[in-house]
Amino acid sequence: MKKKGKKPVVLLVDDYPDAREMYAEYLEFSGFEIVQAGNGVEAIERAHDSHPDVILMDLSLPVMDGWEATRRLKADDTTKDIPVLAVTGHALSGVSHDAKKAGCDGFITKPCLPEDLVAEIRKVLAGTRSAHTHAKAKA
Amino acid sequence: MARGNRKVSDWADASDLDSARLELLEGFLNRSEIADCTDFALDWLSDHLNVTHSICLARREGENVLAAIGAHGFPASSLTNFTVPTEDWRHPLIQILANRRHAFFASVTSAGAERRRRPTTPFQNDAFHAIPLRGSGGSEEALGLLLWEGARRIAPDVEWFAGVFALKLAQLLRRLTLSEGDRKQEYERSLLRAIVNAVTDPILLTDAEGRLLIANSRARALFVASEEESEGRRGAVGMNNMLLSSALSSKAIEETGAMRRELLLVNPVDGSDLLYELLSSVTEDSRYGTGIVSILRNVGDLRRATEQIEENYQKMRRAELQATAERDRLNLIIDSVADPIVVTDASGATSLMNDPAERLFAVRGGSPSVEQRRVQANDAHFSSFVSGMLLSDDQRRVGEVTLTDPQTGAAMPVEAIAGKMMTEHGELTAIVSILHDRREAMERAALYEQLKQASEELERKVHAATADIAQQNELLRRQAFELEQASALKSQFLANMSHEFRTPLNAILGYTSMLQQGVAGPIEGPVKRHLSRVASNGQHLLSIINEILDISRIEAGRMPLQVSKFKVPDLIGEVIAELESIIRRSKLEVSTDVPRDLKPIYSDRQKVKQILLNLLSNALKFTSQGSVKITARAQHAPRAIAISVTDTGIGIAPEDHGRIFEDFKQLDNSPTRAYGGTGLGLSICRRLADIIGGEISVKSQLGKGSTFTLTLMHNRP
Repeated sequence: MKKKGKKPVVLLVDDYPDAREMYAEYLEFSGFEIVQAGNGVEAIERAHDSHPDVILMDLSLPVMDGWEATRRLKADDTTKDIPVLAVTGHALSGVSHDAKKAGCDGFITKPCLPEDLVAEIRKVLAGTRSAHTHAKAKA
Repeated sequence: MARGNRKVSDWADASDLDSARLELLEGFLNRSEIADCTDFALDWLSDHLNVTHSICLARREGENVLAAIGAHGFPASSLTNFTVPTEDWRHPLIQILANRRHAFFASVTSAGAERRRRPTTPFQNDAFHAIPLRGSGGSEEALGLLLWEGARRIAPDVEWFAGVFALKLAQLLRRLTLSEGDRKQEYERSLLRAIVNAVTDPILLTDAEGRLLIANSRARALFVASEEESEGRRGAVGMNNMLLSSALSSKAIEETGAMRRELLLVNPVDGSDLLYELLSSVTEDSRYGTGIVSILRNVGDLRRATEQIEENYQKMRRAELQATAERDRLNLIIDSVADPIVVTDASGATSLMNDPAERLFAVRGGSPSVEQRRVQANDAHFSSFVSGMLLSDDQRRVGEVTLTDPQTGAAMPVEAIAGKMMTEHGELTAIVSILHDRREAMERAALYEQLKQASEELERKVHAATADIAQQNELLRRQAFELEQASALKSQFLANMSHEFRTPLNAILGYTSMLQQGVAGPIEGPVKRHLSRVASNGQHLLSIINEILDISRIEAGRMPLQVSKFKVPDLIGEVIAELESIIRRSKLEVSTDVPRDLKPIYSDRQKVKQILLNLLSNALKFTSQGSVKITARAQHAPRAIAISVTDTGIGIAPEDHGRIFEDFKQLDNSPTRAYGGTGLGLSICRRLADIIGGEISVKSQLGKGSTFTLTLMHNRP
């Protein structure tokens, strides 16, 4: 939380507009400022010019995928401190491991209800920085 | 005789006369030859009685003539032809010889002619006296005549002389005759001796006392030994003499005629036994007494010879029998050979053939003429083969002859193997031919050819089949590869699909949730109820997708075992917490019976949690009222923890207990079944339990509820 009293900025990276806009609408509804990106390259650009408080990174992206984008952000001093939460529909084992290797601070499996996503973001922003937080969608 | 007794008065001196007579008698004593004696006598007559011409006639031995044996005063040539045949009885001299009377032949020229016939003599015309010379007084014929030239008147001394000379002459003549007989006897004896010696059997003559008189050389070898010979030999000879003597015992001698007995003697040379047959015969001689002639025949030799002959005969018999047996055997062998065998002599004539050959070549009376013609044709073919052989220098020849089976008329190619039999001088004695029927071989060859073809056909087929199989294998391999690829593709596809499913589902569930939360403005009544249906169906769809994903992950081997140490009570708390919303909605009493002091367990935490989530959600789903209880218990031997989920739900019939863990099995398969779910839940639980080495079991009663128990083994030793 760099700026007290101001709305936390969330960079939402997802190539699927319905999901991105859905999360964006709910996050704005929940009191966040939203910056959006549709691929990895855009994500890096937005991260540089908007300095988000947290990045929600979809891993399967066109142009540059989420793993590569995360690696670059974590390699850049100006962006390396921004927490990155990986959000992916890939449920196969090993995906979360690869994401952590790329520098992700958290891992969220889609489908993820908007309220669950907000809960995860608040957890990260609260500085708890639980790397092992998983959104559970199983009923 | 009166005149003979007359005193000698002519002698001048009586002592001279006596000494002259003594001289004559001494001369006679010293002379044994007739001629010598006669010459001496006639010389004495001339010297002492002045008879200058005298001739002495005597019978010549072996000839019937009177011839001069001595003369005085005549040349020898005049006497040679002066012989008088003794058969000429009319001859005056022969008459004188026979009459034994003295006669005087006066000279031819003398007066007072004599009536007496005058013989021709060397005295010629001179007067001479003839006086017979008589040996002994008896009646014997005179030995000869003494002729001398003289006057009519005869001097008494001459008569004396004639008497003495006649005696001497008779003596000499007797001796001569005797010695001639002796010589003859001696000759004959030597001949006999030679004959006797030449006889190989011992022959001997013994006297009555058994003393050896005559023995041939063989007999001497047995019975005579000189002093110089060895002791052993002499001993043997002595023994033999004893044996012979006892054999010729007095009793034997008394017997007349020939006698046979066996006599065992010792061979003086080497001491061996000699068996003889003794033939003895007694000879009677009045002068020399009884003798025994013995002939010994070596029956040992004879016996040996007999034995030898017997043995040779036996040998010959045996050889003959053997030869016969050999021949019989040979015949048997030849006849037993199935192949025809023909023996041909040097002239080309068949000398022997066995039965099979006879069938081919021998004309048999009574057989059909067609058979006979075939046999003759066969014979002709074979003969040309053999004559070819006879003309060539080959020792062996192998050829092919085409004959005809006499019975069937079928062509019969035979292989003919012929060999020449030669004497040691290289002279051909026979040709032996063996014929081998080649039909069988040809049939066999044909069969073999067929078999070979069949075999090749089979081989071709096997090749083809093998190629087919190889092709099939290749196909299968390719199919297996494709299947593998397909399986991998399927897994990949399912993984991708689940992602693709979840992306829109994420949006659906998200917007539904936002609508329910009134993000787009307040909602109420039926809209709220409908949105809740959308949300729950969306959640159901999501759970189906997740389960399919789990199955495909398990099948693709993408659920590896990841063992860690964890506490079961904590895990149970997490499970209950995750299902909190469902538990709340179910209105069921959910309790736990978990000892706080359960020891941590080594296992795959994530998989154990998934199993428990499944079991608990199932319990909640199939229980409409009552309670659900989770119990954990430690087990020993083997060390394990059993976690049970017990409900009071609909329960499962015992016959279905095995089926509930199969894929896609819900007991109610009707389209309108009362409970949602894929039917993959328990199947996934069982597969996960297999992976972690645990076990899931069920106890249930229809209508009364079920208890599912997961038994976890400690995975770390």
